[in-house]
Amino acid sequence: MDFDTLIFKTILLVVIFLISLVVAMYATYGERKIAAFFQDRFGPNRAGPWGLLQPVADGVKMFMKEEIIPVFANKGLFILGPSIAMFTACMTSAVIPWGGSLELFGKSYSLQVADLNIGILYIFAIVSLGVYGIMIGGWASNNKFSLLGSVRAGSQMISYELAMGLAIVALIMTNNTLSLNEIVVNQKNFHWNIFYQPLGFLIFLTTALAECNRAPFDLAECENELIGGYHTEFSSMKLGFYLFSEYVNMFISSAVISTLYFGGYNIPFGESFGLAPNLLTVLGTVFLFAKIIFFIFVFMWIRWTLPRFRYDQLMRLGWQWLVPLAILNMIITGAVIVFA
Amino acid sequence: MAMQTLTNRSKVVSNKKMTLWEKIYLPAIVKGLSITFFGHFFKRKVTFSYPDKQREFSPVYRGRHVLKRDDQGRERCTACGLCALACPAEAITIVAAERKPGEENLYREEKYAATYEINMLRCIFCGLCEEVCPKEAIFLTDQIVHSEYERPTFIYGKDKLVESVDNPVDVSKRQTKSVLEFKKNTGFAHNR
Repeated sequence: MDFDTLIFKTILLVVIFLISLVVAMYATYGERKIAAFFQDRFGPNRAGPWGLLQPVADGVKMFMKEEIIPVFANKGLFILGPSIAMFTACMTSAVIPWGGSLELFGKSYSLQVADLNIGILYIFAIVSLGVYGIMIGGWASNNKFSLLGSVRAGSQMISYELAMGLAIVALIMTNNTLSLNEIVVNQKNFHWNIFYQPLGFLIFLTTALAECNRAPFDLAECENELIGGYHTEFSSMKLGFYLFSEYVNMFISSAVISTLYFGGYNIPFGESFGLAPNLLTVLGTVFLFAKIIFFIFVFMWIRWTLPRFRYDQLMRLGWQWLVPLAILNMIITGAVIVFA
Repeated sequence: MAMQTLTNRSKVVSNKKMTLWEKIYLPAIVKGLSITFFGHFFKRKVTFSYPDKQREFSPVYRGRHVLKRDDQGRERCTACGLCALACPAEAITIVAAERKPGEENLYREEKYAATYEINMLRCIFCGLCEEVCPKEAIFLTDQIVHSEYERPTFIYGKDKLVESVDNPVDVSKRQTKSVLEFKKNTGFAHNR
């Protein structure tokens, strides 16, 4: 890798990191606003015009709050928990192709930090690590509610990862690649994977909700049963990290869904518009972000519509419905590939 | 015996097994999502942004009292005590006094209220004092009784109740035609 590319990738890395933080920040605002609108309320509207400065106020509040570490908590792990949650949430953005390639100073730079040929596997690995943040945090709190929350989170994420992986296997079979960028390129001109894998998409969306610990699968937090679940004992910015990592995760999941099933940054028939390649790349990125914001909205929409699953229902849905369906989807896909 | 229903909205609960269509959940989820999106998301919000916007009072709103003066600026109240008698909450205390020569520009009749106190914590704002007053001296206004820190400050004396000469309180909303007609009815002793 030459020096120019290194500089470009570093800048891209920082920009993506900042964008994911800002998007997550405004996702908290969006969540409150959207929740309010679904409930016939106005939502936050005091800080700044339409309450636009609310996330800033919330952030300041989180930083200024008293930091409490319970006496019987395992101090090291107590700090490690939210750190892992935040760390893993921010890591996945590296392999997502945020756009095509930019032509700068006679060279072409790809808007993807690392074009791993096993991008999907990398995402899976990091997402699996994410459960450690919750497990460690919940266990280190030395609180029964926290422990229950983290045990729930652990078994839920492991169960749903299975169905998620199987749903993706079918996608990989049709695309013949594990690289996210190639999957995007394969979906050119409206050959979106959603049209070829509708069942797989439904399974993936459901499991993505569960992986993010979002309602209707938010059994790890479950305010009315477990107080706050795994983050009951956390305060100040450690709590902030947990809450924030949920929104970063949501942003990344939306990005992954848009990339895998909705054509990513690729504008259908974009080449036929006759635009400059750089402009087309930027437009593609905007297009991707529009899809991401739409999916974040869908996540929130689902959260403020559906009631929470009971734990046995959650497990039954995961093991008795989603896993068999994903296997069925895989078999059908395989049969179509072989015989058609 | 079948239990009598209180409303016509009661439903018989059935524990029947869910059909496959219901077990898939998806149709129900789509239905729910459409209800929240089309039914609520764009709906006009019922919230009234109170400190920014103030809602207008109803024309029959009964707020804190005012003791009126007549068109020459004299206090109308003659301390007859009917209001205190009518008050169901016993919130009004009056001490009467006789008008001295030279005070004709202050009090309209020979007797006046030396003290006139209403305990705003006891008052239920029923308006019976206003209704019973033969001199049209006391009215309920559209003003609010403000919150205070100490109980004694809720006892409003004449300093707070009597309207100022320069800045009379408009009570035309309270003097509706029917009220004025009623006041003319000499069948009631206090109207004579």
